[in-house]
Amino acid sequence: MNKDNIIALTVLVILIVFFPLLSPSPYNLSIAIFAGINALLAIGLSILMGYAGQISLGQAGFYGIGAYVSAILSLKAGIPVLLSILFAASVAGISAVLLAVPALRLRGHYLAVATLGFGEIIYIILNEFGPGGPSGFGDIPRLSILGYFFDSSTNFFYLTWTVVTLAMIFSINLIDSRIGRALRAMHDSEIACKAMGLDIVSLKIKVFVLSAIFASLAGSLYAHYVTFVSPSSFSLFHSVLIVMMAVLGGINNLWGAILGAIIITILPELLRKFEEFDVLVYGLILTFSLLFFRKGLVPIFIDKLKKLRA
Amino acid sequence: MLTVFLQFLFSGLTVGAVYALVGMGFNIIYNATSIINLAQGEFVVIGGLMMWFFTSSVKLPFVLSVLLTILTAGLIAFLMERLTIRPIQKTDLLLMIMITISVSIVLRGLLMFKFGKDPYGYPPFTEGEPISIFGAIIQQQALWVIGVTAVSIVLLYIFFNKTLIGKAMKACAVDPVAARLVGINVSQMVMLSFILSGVVGAIGGIAITPISLMEYDKGPMLAVKGFCAAILGGLGRGRGAIVGGFTIGVLESMTAGYLHSGLKDAVALIILLLVLFYKPAGIFGSSAIARLRKF
Amino acid sequence: MLNVNGITKIFGGLVALKDVSFSVQEGYISALIGPNGAGKTTLMNIISGILTPDKGKIFFEDQEISNLQSVRIAKMGISRTFQHLEVFSNLSVLENVMVARYTKTKSGFISSGLKLPFAKKEELTAKKKCEEILDYIGLYNRKNEIASNLPIGEQRTLEIARALATEPKLLLLDEPAAGLNIKETKMLGETIKRIRQEKGITILLVDHDMELVMKISDWITVLNFGEVIADGKPSDVQKDPVVIKAYLGEEL
Repeated sequence: MNKDNIIALTVLVILIVFFPLLSPSPYNLSIAIFAGINALLAIGLSILMGYAGQISLGQAGFYGIGAYVSAILSLKAGIPVLLSILFAASVAGISAVLLAVPALRLRGHYLAVATLGFGEIIYIILNEFGPGGPSGFGDIPRLSILGYFFDSSTNFFYLTWTVVTLAMIFSINLIDSRIGRALRAMHDSEIACKAMGLDIVSLKIKVFVLSAIFASLAGSLYAHYVTFVSPSSFSLFHSVLIVMMAVLGGINNLWGAILGAIIITILPELLRKFEEFDVLVYGLILTFSLLFFRKGLVPIFIDKLKKLRA
Repeated sequence: MLTVFLQFLFSGLTVGAVYALVGMGFNIIYNATSIINLAQGEFVVIGGLMMWFFTSSVKLPFVLSVLLTILTAGLIAFLMERLTIRPIQKTDLLLMIMITISVSIVLRGLLMFKFGKDPYGYPPFTEGEPISIFGAIIQQQALWVIGVTAVSIVLLYIFFNKTLIGKAMKACAVDPVAARLVGINVSQMVMLSFILSGVVGAIGGIAITPISLMEYDKGPMLAVKGFCAAILGGLGRGRGAIVGGFTIGVLESMTAGYLHSGLKDAVALIILLLVLFYKPAGIFGSSAIARLRKF
Repeated sequence: MLNVNGITKIFGGLVALKDVSFSVQEGYISALIGPNGAGKTTLMNIISGILTPDKGKIFFEDQEISNLQSVRIAKMGISRTFQHLEVFSNLSVLENVMVARYTKTKSGFISSGLKLPFAKKEELTAKKKCEEILDYIGLYNRKNEIASNLPIGEQRTLEIARALATEPKLLLLDEPAAGLNIKETKMLGETIKRIRQEKGITILLVDHDMELVMKISDWITVLNFGEVIADGKPSDVQKDPVVIKAYLGEEL
């Protein structure tokens, strides 16, 4: 791990430790938790899109699988929450394989729309066959690890952001490893990768599975924090938002994913005062940032910093 | 038996007509730019809601309302192209997808601001008794929808094959560099393609709203269905989208009728995935050509 | 070592290769030459598995490879460079070479992400090995440069370094001298000879630069319009009237 990443991680950890100590309102604390959940989604997508060059507009599908499977297992089957979460992650992983095997032969628009179709199908399944249908269900048990219950916002905040930090460390390591190099190389020249003996198909499938597992974990965290789920949280719109987070922060920068997630999570809250304008203002901000910060916020910031140093 | 089947068939064809129009809208832009305009569905909504505004709220005469609605949709498409598509010179696929999506959010925001969240409708184009065929009831408006679609298809066909501008647009689709060399203004053609597909979508909205009502957030689903139609017929193939649209409409209506209404929306998506996985060039497309496509 | 047997390749009606046969002896530097459009690169692509032949068979160390995927062929010990450069442009020079160690290393997603001790060790060994290769080929001082920032000549060298890192038995060089100046070409010739001599790697080379080809090759196969018109030692090929007429004639 290079120096910049270590510094950034240290800053992140300090922020995480001190944020609840500033005694934020329960409302702000819950926003921070949602930001963490979204960050997890965006990190997974950033590896998939930014580094491996694959597009997914269906992340909300895996997010939904994570939420519903672990919620149903723990609530209806009485399986311990932690075990349910792991099981949900494997369901998401297997679905990712099933989707990836045929889909990853596709490129560009075709891949984008195939993943979008997958996400929508999951959404329809949740609507039609999920407990409670479109209105969802509640009373989902809270997470406990070794008898310790995550039942307050504060400890759930620490839990969520610890998961985000660990996911971040894992991802940073991965990007700078045999696998990460192969993924990035694939992005540059598939033909050369093949000539070097890289098994591109299996790499693509595995990175897809990884992003699905991240999304599933995020979904499980969501379900066991809110203790209520309904399909509307896992619609196409959320898939779009996840892409937006990664793109806004800088698609091939993992830190961009975290920043993008925080901004996209806070934005609607800030726009509350616009009332019926909120969707409009939201759309305008997204459009403007896409047009004017095309490279993403973090890469732009790094460029500026480099110029200052020079 | 037959009556029920025919009933489902007709309602499927009616909805399918709109999907076909949206699908054609996708193709028009895709051919000119290799962009998938995911805001395509919003233009159908604009068509329905603006038509309501002009006829039922301002109480303008029917024909004038239609013209004004089409004008509005064309203008919005024009602005969209000028403000968001043109500034991006490099065709970064992901950026383009996200831009069209964020424009669709802006349009939804505008529509919600103006019209709120309620569904709107207005009277059918012609009053009169529904027609009965073997016991199946067909509303007159359904015939209007199919008729309007048919006329649009014919007009588009004439435009692309008989007029100079249409031929120039086709040339841009085949080879933009060569088109530029022979003096065609490619960027104008791109703009035109946006206007045209916006108008086509709006026409679909004007026709279908008396039957199905229209609300501000119907766009994304319409876009997905229209896209399925375009993919099914082979992306970029005008006639393909027509067959694709009607096929999806009918299958949807059959599923809703015979199986389960909640699965209606899944049908189009499952077809979409099957086509993408097994015949990405569409049922009429050649895979060799699909492979040559940039995206 | 490599036997190409009656290969035919047709691109929609156009015959690119017609019943092409030749072989590459172990330990040789062999060259494939011919005028533009003779089918040399097509042949390279078929040998390395990027294209499949319409007819004919290819044997590598007595195993048939004609219909294998390029990944399998690469794993069997055939590595290549590209006429149109295919360096991983956003990776550093060192990373480019390290990608080529992929098949020789094992750590997967989990061990890489968790940085398990064995993955760490493997990474260090790979890094050392690749630095040695870069040193050997003369790119060590550029190792942290982003590949796309290198001049063409160094990018070509980088492709060779990358191919070497897969520890091939047979190295295919597709026009390695294209875009190089006289001095760079001369150095390239030395490098190729050194690779054969010191590493014992057999080389099959496609190039336009006759001086380079004549100087370093042990064996030359001449293609014209997709057919083999001559096959022999450089001195013999040089004298062959058919070759002179088809190809060298213009230059001599």
